[in-house]
Amino acid sequence: MEILFYICAAVSVLAALNVVLQRTPVYSALSLILVLCLLAVIYLLLGAEFIAVIQVIVYAGAIMVLFVFVIMLLNAGREVPSERSRLARWLGVPLVIAFLLEVLWAVWNQFPSGTAPAADFDAGPAAIGHLLFRNYVLPFEVTSVLILVAILGAVVLAKKEE
Amino acid sequence: MYAFFQRADYLAIKPEILVTMFALAILLFDFLLEKRDKWMNALVALIGLGFGAAQLTMFWSRLGEGAGYKGFGGAFTLDTFAVYAKLIIIIATGLVVLLSAKYLEVEGANFGEYYALLLFAAVGMMFLASGTDLIVLFIALELMALCEYVLTGFLRGSRRSNEAAVKFFLLGAFSSGLLLYGMSLLYGIAGSTNLAVISRRLAERPSPDPLSWVAMITLLAGIYFKVAAVPFHQWTPDAYEGAPTSITAFISVAPKVASFAFFIRILIEGLWPMRAEWQLLTIGVAVATMTLGNLAAITQTNIKRFFGYSTISHVGYLLLGFVAAADGNREGVTAIVIYLLVYAFMNLGAFGVIILMRRRDLIGDEIDDLSGLMTRAPGMAILMLIFLLSLAGIPPTAGFIGKYFIFLSLIETGHYTLAVLAVGYAVVALYYYFRIVVAMFMKKVPDTVPIAMGMGVRVALGVTLVMTLLIGIYPQPFIAMAREAVRPLFL
Repeated sequence: MEILFYICAAVSVLAALNVVLQRTPVYSALSLILVLCLLAVIYLLLGAEFIAVIQVIVYAGAIMVLFVFVIMLLNAGREVPSERSRLARWLGVPLVIAFLLEVLWAVWNQFPSGTAPAADFDAGPAAIGHLLFRNYVLPFEVTSVLILVAILGAVVLAKKEE
Repeated sequence: MYAFFQRADYLAIKPEILVTMFALAILLFDFLLEKRDKWMNALVALIGLGFGAAQLTMFWSRLGEGAGYKGFGGAFTLDTFAVYAKLIIIIATGLVVLLSAKYLEVEGANFGEYYALLLFAAVGMMFLASGTDLIVLFIALELMALCEYVLTGFLRGSRRSNEAAVKFFLLGAFSSGLLLYGMSLLYGIAGSTNLAVISRRLAERPSPDPLSWVAMITLLAGIYFKVAAVPFHQWTPDAYEGAPTSITAFISVAPKVASFAFFIRILIEGLWPMRAEWQLLTIGVAVATMTLGNLAAITQTNIKRFFGYSTISHVGYLLLGFVAAADGNREGVTAIVIYLLVYAFMNLGAFGVIILMRRRDLIGDEIDDLSGLMTRAPGMAILMLIFLLSLAGIPPTAGFIGKYFIFLSLIETGHYTLAVLAVGYAVVALYYYFRIVVAMFMKKVPDTVPIAMGMGVRVALGVTLVMTLLIGIYPQPFIAMAREAVRPLFL
C-alpha cells in the first residue's frame, strides 16, 4: 500500500509539472486528467472512497472533458514562448529550491519517522453529508453564491456587444 | 447532541442574506427596465445596502457589553469588530453605487449586473469580516475577489480594462494558491480550521517550530497579495489604471477594509502565539511598502496609477499598526480600525472628483486633465484639495487622526525608528499629493467645458466631505466606536 502511495505521489507531481511545462494546451489538459486520477487513487488509499469517486466523476470526467472540448473548439495551437526574464531564472529558481528544501526540512522535523499517524474517520457519503449540512453549512451556502457569481461573471464578460 | 445551527445563527447572518436577496432582485429587475431607466438598478442596490446597514446598527446597539455571538459551530462570529467593519464596507459600497450611475452612462456600460456584482462583493466582504473559520474565510475571500475581477474587466470594449482584469485574475489566483497552502498547513498542524483552536494548538507547540513558520509565511504572503503590500503589489497600478474609475475607487477601499479585517482576525485571533515571528515579518514588509509606495507615486503621470501607489503607501501605514499590536498594544489595532474608516471616506472622495473628469470624448485620467480646475470649477478644486490634505495627513482633516494613532501606538511600544521613518514618508507624501494641487491651482486651463454633475455624485461627495472634516475636527465619538470595535479581539 505504501509503495502504491509513493508511486502515485511521484507520478502525480511529474504530471503536474508537465501541465505547466507543456507548450500544447491539449497535452496540458491530458496531464491534468492524469493528476486528478492519481489523486483519486491517493484518496482511495486513505479510505475515502466517496471522495475518490467524486474526484473521478466530477473533475476528471465532467470538468476536464469540457476543458478538452473548449481547447479543441478554439483550435488553440502551440503557445508562443515569451521573453523570459533573466531575473526570474537567476533569482527565482534558487529561491524556489530554497523554499522546497525549507518545507522538506520543516515536515521532516515534524515527523522524523517519515509517516504521520493516520486519522480515524468515516468518509462515507452519509458522514460527508452530515459534515456538509451541519458543521460546514455556512461555507456550503456561501459557495452557492460564489458559483452564482462565477456564472454571472462569465455571462457578463462573454455576452455579445449591443 | 450539539445543534450545529439554529435560528439565532440565521439571524446573525441577516444583513448578508438581505444584501444577497437584493443582488438577486437586481438581476431579475434588470430585465424589466428600459435602457433609460437603468439608474433604478442603483436605487435597488442602495435600498438593499440600506437594509443591511439598518440591521447592522441594530446589532451594534444590542451587542453592547457582550463578547459577541458565535454561530455555525464557531465558524461565524458576530462581535462589535465584525459589525464595525461591515458598516464601513456597506457605506463604501453605497458611495461607489452613487458614484457609478452617471459614470456608467458615459462609458456606455450601464448594465444591472454591475450593481449585482457590487452587492455580491459586499456579501463576500461581510463574511470575511465575520469569519473565524479558515474555510468560511477562504470562500468569502474568493467571492469578493471573483466579483472584483469581473468588475475590473467590465468595460469589454476597452483593451486596458481587459488587460487589467486578466492580470488581476492571474495574480489573484496565484495568491489564493499561496493562501490556501498556508491554510492547509495550519489545518495539518492544528487538526481544525477554527481560528480559536488553531491559536490554542500553536501555543502548545515546542518553541523552534519550522512547520508553523512555513504555514505562517505562506498564509501571510497570500494576504499581502490581497492588501497590495510590497513585494506583492505589482498588480495594483495595472489593475487600478485599467479598471473603470468607479471600480478603481471600489477596489481601493472596500476590499482593503475587508482584507484588513480578515488580517486582524488571522493575526490576533489565529496566529497570536506566533506574534514575535509575524512582528518581524510585518516590520520588513511595512517599511518596504511605505518606501516603494511613496517613492513610486512621485513619478506617476496617470492619476489612477498614482492612486494605486498612494494606496500601497497607506497599506504600509496600516501594517505598522500590527507591529505595535504584536507587543500587546491594543491601540495598535485601534489605530488600524480608525485609519480604515478615515481612508474609506477620503479616498472615495478623491475618486469622486476624478470620476467627474470622464466625459464622452475625454478619458480624463491623466494628472494634466486636472489642470486649471480652480478656474473651471472652483468648488471641485477645493473639495479635491481637502481630500488630498487628508490623504497626506494634515490637520484638521480626518487623515491626520488616522496617522496620529498609528504614530502614537508605535511610540507607546518603543518603535521610535519606525515612527520617525513613517513621519518622514508622510512628508514625501505631502510632496506628491501637492503635485496634483499645483496642477489644479497653478497650471493653465486646457479646456473650459463645464463639469456636469449627477445627483448621485453630489450626495457621495457631500457625505465624504462631511465625514473627512467631521472625523478630523470632532474625532471623539469615532475613536470611542473604534475602541468598542477592538474590545472583543483581545482575550
